Amino acid sequence: MFSLISKWPLVRQIREQKDGTGLESMSDKTRAMHARIDDAQVARSICPYCGVGCGQLIYHKDGKLISIEGDPESPISQGNLCPKGAASYQLLTHSRRELKVKYRAPRATQWTEMSLDRAMDMVAERVWESRKRTFITQENGSTINHTTAICHLGGATLDNEENYLIKKLFTGGLGMVCVSNQARI
Amino acid sequence: MPGLGTSFGRGGATTAQQDLANADCILIEGSSMAEAHPVGFRWVMKAKERGATIIHVDPRFSRTSALADIWIPIRAGSDIAFLGALVRHIIENELFFREYVVHYTNASCILRDDYGDPEDRADGYFSGWNEDARNYSMQSWQYKGEGLSFPERDLTLQDSQCVFQKLKRHFARYTPEMVEKVCGISPALFYKVADTLVKASGPDKTAAICYAVGWTQHSKGVQIIRTASILQLLLGNIGRPGGGILALRGHASIQGSTDIPTLYDILPGYLPMPRGGEEETLQQYLDAHTPKTGLWSNTPSYFISLLKAYYGKHATAENNFGYNWLPKLTADHSFFEYLYDMADGKMEGMFLIGQNSAVGAPNSRLQRKSMAKLKWFVIRDMVETEPARFWRDSAEIERGELKTEEIETEVFFFPAAGHAEKEGAFTNTQRLLQWREKAVDPPGDCRSDAWFIHQLALRLIGKARAARDPIDEPLRALDWWYPEDRFGEPKMEAVLAEINGWKTPVAAATDRGSIEGVLFGGVDREGNHHHEAQIDGYEELKNDGSTACGCWIYSGVFSRDGVNKANSRKSRDYLGHGWGFSWPSDRRIIYNRASARPGGEPWSERKKLVWWDSGNWTGIDVPDFKKDKPPDYEPQNQERGLDGQRGDAPFILHEDGLGWLYVPKGLQDGPMPTHYEPLESPVHNALYSRDTNPVVNWFTRAENRFAPPGDPRFPFVLTTYRLTEHHTGGGMSRFLSHLSELQPEMFVEVSPELDEPEWQNHPSSRGSVSFWRSGPVTRQCCQ
Repeated sequence: MFSLISKWPLVRQIREQKDGTGLESMSDKTRAMHARIDDAQVARSICPYCGVGCGQLIYHKDGKLISIEGDPESPISQGNLCPKGAASYQLLTHSRRELKVKYRAPRATQWTEMSLDRAMDMVAERVWESRKRTFITQENGSTINHTTAICHLGGATLDNEENYLIKKLFTGGLGMVCVSNQARI
Repeated sequence: MPGLGTSFGRGGATTAQQDLANADCILIEGSSMAEAHPVGFRWVMKAKERGATIIHVDPRFSRTSALADIWIPIRAGSDIAFLGALVRHIIENELFFREYVVHYTNASCILRDDYGDPEDRADGYFSGWNEDARNYSMQSWQYKGEGLSFPERDLTLQDSQCVFQKLKRHFARYTPEMVEKVCGISPALFYKVADTLVKASGPDKTAAICYAVGWTQHSKGVQIIRTASILQLLLGNIGRPGGGILALRGHASIQGSTDIPTLYDILPGYLPMPRGGEEETLQQYLDAHTPKTGLWSNTPSYFISLLKAYYGKHATAENNFGYNWLPKLTADHSFFEYLYDMADGKMEGMFLIGQNSAVGAPNSRLQRKSMAKLKWFVIRDMVETEPARFWRDSAEIERGELKTEEIETEVFFFPAAGHAEKEGAFTNTQRLLQWREKAVDPPGDCRSDAWFIHQLALRLIGKARAARDPIDEPLRALDWWYPEDRFGEPKMEAVLAEINGWKTPVAAATDRGSIEGVLFGGVDREGNHHHEAQIDGYEELKNDGSTACGCWIYSGVFSRDGVNKANSRKSRDYLGHGWGFSWPSDRRIIYNRASARPGGEPWSERKKLVWWDSGNWTGIDVPDFKKDKPPDYEPQNQERGLDGQRGDAPFILHEDGLGWLYVPKGLQDGPMPTHYEPLESPVHNALYSRDTNPVVNWFTRAENRFAPPGDPRFPFVLTTYRLTEHHTGGGMSRFLSHLSELQPEMFVEVSPELDEPEWQNHPSSRGSVSFWRSGPVTRQCCQ
């Protein structure tokens, strides 16, 4: 009983002669509280929006995102993020994000769901067939080895490594020349 | 990119955002930096705190103008007239930085006798105009003599055929009075800008220029950037702390998307794509793209190393390193051209990866209608964006122009992983590669674009191996060696290792025994011997197949020490060395040889960056120059490569090593910028008899019409801008409640003179858009 009363912040204030604005006013519950990132892991990342390239610290635990904050050590952003960068946790977790492959057949009025594997096989088949149909080896007596009937348009939030693989496969492997990017739009 | 590339040599910002803090004046034009690049703008504010003058030139008074010292309202599309007048003012009044201009620019180079300027020719064009083909032959724009490597020069700048005199003549009519007429800027305001810029330049001072898509998205964007480049060269502001031109890229990896392009006409590292006909053989290609002097004299090493990265062991000297497998260009295959192929039903399939062409590309109606002509359409995004549903709820469906039941297009929507769910590097606006670590696995079927391409590649290569068709040879030869994780995603550091470059097994046959610097065990996904040690930089690349390198300008990012420098996170100085990797070779301010006097000592203590000291270039930044080339070096016998350039020639990618006030090669529409009105300008050109840029491809078709200049039906200019809270096509922002609460809807700002009812409908010759008029009305708005 005594210990219960002594935990009461008011009693502590009187006993310790403090004014109640310091640690003495904390309840056990408050004392037990901690930042949600305390025991989280952190990945060092970069904001995906504009070209400034602000540093981000991405806190995560047990495979779940916890929060995204500015990286104070970035020589560019020094911990700052703009409203977009500060909202990027929501970019990854909002409810309208698509999580399934969707397929629309010719003339269909609705999407149908499809497994990732099947969709990949079908896309590979479409590319294969279109390329076969449209590949040109010679034009005006000159070897050109290209197709102009399959095109690519990429955004500029792709990683360099991804762009590298796209160009390598599409141009180096498939002979596609109609390859473009947001950077020229 | 050609604006900066042709002026200085590299298509990238010349400086770093942090370095803006060292500027004595910052001119922001074609950008609302405070709104669109808010965190980068803090460095502008730091400069202001230190006493710099901030100038914002923009038709609209924005957050950027509010924080600037001087706001100059300009008529949209008249930037060349304004900047050109600054060039004239500086030349006429002898205000240029003479020593810098004489030594570091091509002002002194002598032009051919048959070069003609629009000022001197009755037709108002540069020499070489072909009326039938509607293009220029660029022969007469060259320097006198042979090639660009060793031009005749007149260091007094007096020769009537020298670039300086031609530049002076070219801009002679760009007077403050003309600026008032063309741009709507009073002479008083004009002089205020001119005086501020001039006072903030010189040995002890520097001024910087920032621009964004307010320039680049003009039909003449390249020439606007060129005019700014001329201005900065005349003022001596390139390659120096607090100076430079900062291109503000709007997306996380716009710069990266051209360095390692998914563009039709270039390969990684700005190597040109080969063309059919004249570049049918490897030798023809190399002959066409290998100048005698400068860094590009190593084109064979860069290009053959790329072929080795693409085709691995299948690329041999005997088969010209697989040159035949690379497709050849036969026309303009850019997006705007192939869109018409789509509209005509000639395009069978399309990949749209992280882009929203139904919202973010010109003529969105034509975009959506053309999609309905595809046989198949693959789209990858995080949300169902407008292109993903063009077939069911687009405006064209609503209007009855398209009927869902009649659209034959097969649509595949793949959900994409977000930035925290994959690893890889972005290259930001200042050429800085910054790596992102993966935090969590992507949810559901979401996968990275790398996963998608990798899995597609494995399937297609498998098909090619099972077939015998000769057209599948490049697929069979493609070096797809990448190790993968448990989800089947290729290891991104393996791709980065290839981008950096390594020695190939051929070279190692005699050189074995050490595994130092070999990444991923030197083996491919099947465990076969695949590569040797990493190279340390592009200087090590060879043209004999002994090296492979996916992008020569990025070489050094993941070198022999095995450290992924894009992921380094210990910044040691204000330029951020130790944090990320700035191409090329971690140089943060490029062309920095120009930060020292011709003799090698800093221009001033206040503006020192790189200097010559005891036989070496050294300093705060990594020297963008051959480390031991003395400042007084002169080529004696027309040497090749970098040895063919003088010790006071800082622009090492250009054959002559000079900054180009005048561009003798590389631009289709003229060696010097000329003011033409934008394509659909409501007014005629006050400076020249021709309204618009003569070489512009209008892409005109019935469904993509343009209003001619001065068309009375379209008397107003509507410009768009980014808000801090929203991003591009909206796929990354409109779906986020936090951002949509801050900026819930589109609106228009209108001059009070044009005030109309609250709902506004704005037609152009291609479509119309309706907005809610809200927000503050800009009283000073032009036109």
